[in-house]
Amino acid sequence: MNPLDLANPSRFLAFANRAIPWLAGATVIVLAFGLNQAMNAPNDYQQGDTVKIMYLHVPSAWLGMLGWGVMTVAALGTLVWRHPLADVAAKAAAPIGAGFTLLCLVTGSLWGRPEWGTYWVWDARLTSELVLLLLYLGVIALWRTVEDPSRAARAVAILTLVGAIDLPIIKFSVDWWNTLHQGASVFRLGGSTIYPTMLVPLLITAVGFTLLFLTLHLAAMRNEILRRRVRTLRLMQASAAS
Amino acid sequence: MEHMDHMPFIVGSYAAAAAVIAVLIGWVMLDFRAQRRALAELEMRGVTRRSAGAASRPEEQGKEQTMEQAGGQA
Repeated sequence: MNPLDLANPSRFLAFANRAIPWLAGATVIVLAFGLNQAMNAPNDYQQGDTVKIMYLHVPSAWLGMLGWGVMTVAALGTLVWRHPLADVAAKAAAPIGAGFTLLCLVTGSLWGRPEWGTYWVWDARLTSELVLLLLYLGVIALWRTVEDPSRAARAVAILTLVGAIDLPIIKFSVDWWNTLHQGASVFRLGGSTIYPTMLVPLLITAVGFTLLFLTLHLAAMRNEILRRRVRTLRLMQASAAS
Repeated sequence: MEHMDHMPFIVGSYAAAAAVIAVLIGWVMLDFRAQRRALAELEMRGVTRRSAGAASRPEEQGKEQTMEQAGGQA
């Protein structure tokens, strides 16, 4: 199939119907394998077994940012290229990204209590991550406020592009400011500081969670296309009846 | 002993992850069923993207349903 064909909603639906079961199966297999590896990974010499929380927290943080990254590209697709599926992709990604950002904050808080002695501290990394969650909630609220999807899409696209400023702030907050949150330890110049026996399970669970994100996003996009189809039919029916 | 003290935080994290993922999966599945049901109801009333204009005109409905049975669905 030509990837450009997927711009057609009907062809996209056919593709989604075929891809979702395979993606869901791959998600279950990779996530189960990754979590099994994580449970059998050694404890950290400082953190003890609380390092097990890392296998949830780090992928959640990545996917919370990935969600907004997807929405940012989609916002450009809406405003610049006027791609028919761009705002569908943006709307579908918002609740999923919000869910992973919330999970990142909750798991980070539950890790922080035994390691830092507190559930929360207003340092730059935690605060910018909380701002990301609030941005997600703002976008979801905006989608619900404006009834016409095309008008809502333009407003959401502008808010999304403005909110994208938060992504580099989250990433580099630990370098720009003196934070309680530790610095980058996986993707950094000079290589990862995590020992391979813990790094490999982390990367496998991250792949599993990414597959979960893709599956949910594809399914949510399918739902959004169907919802717009229902809306169009009801409007056409109403106008024909009047 | 120290590790036992940390266990509620670890279990709490995995429970939170399970809850968030369950909510997301549930939301997607229930929404899919709702949209499919809404589309099916509209189709039962003879309203399709090609026929919505004719749906309110009874004399057109029989012709449209025949088209649907012949695989004319968009």
